[in-house]
Amino acid sequence: MQVFEFSKARDVAHAVQLGAQPGAHYLGGGTNLLDLMKGGVERPRSVIDISELPLALVEPLPDGGLRLGALVRNSDAANHPLVRSRYPLLSQAFLAGASPQLRNMATVGGNLLQRTRCGYFTDLSFERCNKRLPGSGCAARDGNNRMHAILGASEACVATNPSDMSVALLALDAVVQVRRRNGARSIPIGHFHRLPGTTPERDTQLQPGELIVSVDLPPPGFAQHCCYLKVRDRASYAFALVSAAVALSLASDEVREARIVLGGVAHKPWRALEAENSLRGTRLAPEDIQAAARLATHDARALSDNAFKIPLAQQVVARALATAAGVT
Amino acid sequence: MSDVIGEPLDRVDGRLKVCGKATFAAEHNLPRLCYASILYSRVPSGTIRAFDVRAAERAPGVLLILTPDNAPALPQGGRAGVNPPAGRVLSLLQDRQVYYHSQPIGVVIAESPEQAAVARSLVRVSYEAAGAQLDFVAAARASAYSPAESGLSHPHTARGDFPGAFANAEVRVEQTYSTPMEHHNPMEPHATVALWEADHLTVYDATQYVSGVQTTLSKVFGIAAQNIHVVSPYVGGGFGCKGSMWSHVALAAMAARKVARPVKVVLERTEMFGPVGGRPQTEQRVALGARRDGTLVALSHSVISHTSVFEDFTEPCTTPTRMLYACPNRQTEQKLVKLNVGTPTFQRAPGEATGTFALEVAMDELAVALDLDPVELRLRNYAEREPESERPWSSKSLRACYQDGMRRFGWAGRPPPRSLREGHEWIGWGMATATYPCNRRKAAASARYLKDGTALVQSGTQELGTGTYTVMTQVAAEALGLPPAAVTFQLGDSTLPAAPVSGGSCSVASVAPAVRAACEAARAELIARGTTLADSPLAGVPAADIDVADGWLVHRSQRGRRLRVATVVEQQAVAISGSAELERGAEKDQYAMHSFGAVFAEVRVDADLGRIRVPRIVASYGVGRLLNAKTGKSQLVGGIVMGVGMALLEESLLDRATGRFVNANLADYHVPVNADIGSIEVAVVPEEDRWVNSVGAKGIGEIGITGVAGALCNAVYHATGRRLRSLPLTPDKLLAAERT
Repeated sequence: MQVFEFSKARDVAHAVQLGAQPGAHYLGGGTNLLDLMKGGVERPRSVIDISELPLALVEPLPDGGLRLGALVRNSDAANHPLVRSRYPLLSQAFLAGASPQLRNMATVGGNLLQRTRCGYFTDLSFERCNKRLPGSGCAARDGNNRMHAILGASEACVATNPSDMSVALLALDAVVQVRRRNGARSIPIGHFHRLPGTTPERDTQLQPGELIVSVDLPPPGFAQHCCYLKVRDRASYAFALVSAAVALSLASDEVREARIVLGGVAHKPWRALEAENSLRGTRLAPEDIQAAARLATHDARALSDNAFKIPLAQQVVARALATAAGVT
Repeated sequence: MSDVIGEPLDRVDGRLKVCGKATFAAEHNLPRLCYASILYSRVPSGTIRAFDVRAAERAPGVLLILTPDNAPALPQGGRAGVNPPAGRVLSLLQDRQVYYHSQPIGVVIAESPEQAAVARSLVRVSYEAAGAQLDFVAAARASAYSPAESGLSHPHTARGDFPGAFANAEVRVEQTYSTPMEHHNPMEPHATVALWEADHLTVYDATQYVSGVQTTLSKVFGIAAQNIHVVSPYVGGGFGCKGSMWSHVALAAMAARKVARPVKVVLERTEMFGPVGGRPQTEQRVALGARRDGTLVALSHSVISHTSVFEDFTEPCTTPTRMLYACPNRQTEQKLVKLNVGTPTFQRAPGEATGTFALEVAMDELAVALDLDPVELRLRNYAEREPESERPWSSKSLRACYQDGMRRFGWAGRPPPRSLREGHEWIGWGMATATYPCNRRKAAASARYLKDGTALVQSGTQELGTGTYTVMTQVAAEALGLPPAAVTFQLGDSTLPAAPVSGGSCSVASVAPAVRAACEAARAELIARGTTLADSPLAGVPAADIDVADGWLVHRSQRGRRLRVATVVEQQAVAISGSAELERGAEKDQYAMHSFGAVFAEVRVDADLGRIRVPRIVASYGVGRLLNAKTGKSQLVGGIVMGVGMALLEESLLDRATGRFVNANLADYHVPVNADIGSIEVAVVPEEDRWVNSVGAKGIGEIGITGVAGALCNAVYHATGRRLRSLPLTPDKLLAAERT
């Protein structure tokens, strides 16, 4: 671990002022950043502890939505009565992530910024990783890539985003509220995470020094019919092979609106728009569900070890749709 | 005689452990301590051209950087200590050859562990890379070879006419099974603190074998064994990886001598993947020929496992095949392939865990082919004598294990495969036989009554977290006639009477008889002194008429005539003590000695999602006498949990380009978490064995993991009708099987 400067932010203004220095990192729960620092993957020049800022509230918004402060712990968010009753999909996704111990530490803002679990990225022994060392190559592309992307990958990077929460947030149209030294902006969750392209070193659209202060959820629309389904190698404390956040708005058994987002398959939560559209107006007959499941992986391309993810993703989408609709 | 043995006595070290007061190797903090960080190779094969240590040497806190350029020359180029199991071929900076990625090639010593790690990252190494073999399957096709015979296992055995019998068998099964590389990953990583005082070396080490470390260090450095003191009072799990002394121990000692200060090295979790052994990958071909009635007529098991390019280690998968079932025509074969990886080593039930997987799945396939209940198939081939030697068993309760397990599991009425379903899940029941040999090695112990009415009992064995302190206290208390609370048992120190490696499930079988004999000798001496004391109420009573129990010497028939143990001891000028050194006698040539068990498992399989859950496992074992009902059952349950990990989760992923493991951490190398484990019910069937040793206890360290992967794999077949033959049984493999 490299030597770094450590400071505690007094308030949000102070935090973004400190965060404007080059090489600064904000520290929330530390469940990902500290591991990466110990491994030498992250080498911040300064670490700004924001854990005592007043950003740990869950508050109803005037429009009927809900604001999750950036420092709300994952466990608290998952178990909050308003999250459970209005956004059960999000609660399920939180609880599918990590382990109870990690969820007790990890924050909502930090969860958005989780870095990939690609072993070639997290272990400095590997010399080729474009995400860690731009231009060095991608060892995963012809290495062990069972966990890697089947959608949206590039020559430069086949890593996946490991978050469960973000998958549900995308299905729910969340908005990330961000502060910086001279202002604030709102980033729709669909624009927050990036595909790797030729610059896989950047996971998100967040600019250096910007601080996530909250995640805002629009008024609930899918609480009745939703399902977060995650398939992983062990029952808990494992990242998704494939997951799906599915949400349905039904009017007399007919689909008015559908949301289908896949996790564990791409560099960002993967919204399957074509599949969503195919369901509109249907009554979710088995053939409708199968067709949507196939569309969800329409553009998928397998690597050497992860071809199973394509049919698995279809199965996961189909099961999640059936579960959300209550037709299992 | 009291009945302390077998009682579910709480761990005598439990309180210390939960209070954080049990001192593990890494917790020995000595004055002037400094810290070592080991530098590892970044290529899988080649020669080191040069080290550039200039930046590292200037880093804060750095005391010394050891490389082959400045490391002291050791006797025989560092190979003097090679003598498995304790002494392995090590990397001690004697040359510039690199045989695998993550091979130790240097040591950085600094004032703090962080400073050592930072400086290590600043060392630049250039290599002349050479071609590396990292592809097990390709190597198995191209260059498998028969290893020289070793103490572990004969590479080939043959009886009768396997080819002829197999060709003519009425029913045949022939399949290939595979198991991956695994790593032990005990909770406590390897750790060593080394201290030189003049020519005397003290080593605090996390080891399964204190006297093995002492002997190996003595040979490595060419110094007398009595000048080396190895201390290891508590070990946080070993599973075999701490059974050998690996390079970091000698490197810590080398560094400590160079800097003339005590040096601590604690391996990071990633360093547990490579330089300290692991379970080798195997490919196992099993062929079974049977008559229509299920009688085996031909049995063959051919195994290829990997080793390093510089030392042979054989995973003896065929060991159980040689003794488990009666079959007149049988052949087994073990071959090796060399890969550019660290040498693999013993990992919990080496051979039996992997071998019973292949054999017991093949037996299940035969049962399916014969349309016979799998337990019935096994009973029809029950070995009444040890098949290889034709010796009688010292004891064998496998029939009772099958019956007990079937009854408790509710095996009767098992429906056909792929017929039990609930919601999205197929439900399946599978079983397999468990077995492990009863090993025993030479062990010594001593016992001494103390004046305060307590006793001190010593043997240089090890406590891996399994309960050695506790069960030895129980054995000693019973033999000494004292309550367990009055007995202090000491272990984990090379100055104590020598005991064997805590491996091969041999600790209880080896050490308990020695402890018992030492204590009985002390007790005989106590009785002799007690009957000759002035004014003794037992004066002149024959020794045979005196019992010692609960701290008293008591006349067996006239219970009022008694004398406190402490009273006798207080009046002695010479200590009352006993010692013993025991090993197996002629009985080892007369009887075959093994533990057996039967494992029954239920799985629930969501075949669409590839998800396997294990709601319950029921297992019954014949393991002689259990010395402690609580720690014993915990150890068996722990073995089963590890078996679930082997079956469903564990696999070390070797990068095909660099030879580095890609999942070298506990987030990505999956062992079971609580949510993976359902109900596990173990039982021990009553079994008396007067031949294994004087306490009648067979070892239970390893049998628990055997049979579990087979039972689960067979249950998955029963649930889904799909046969998987490659561990671990991950969702991708199940999905592929569903689609064929």
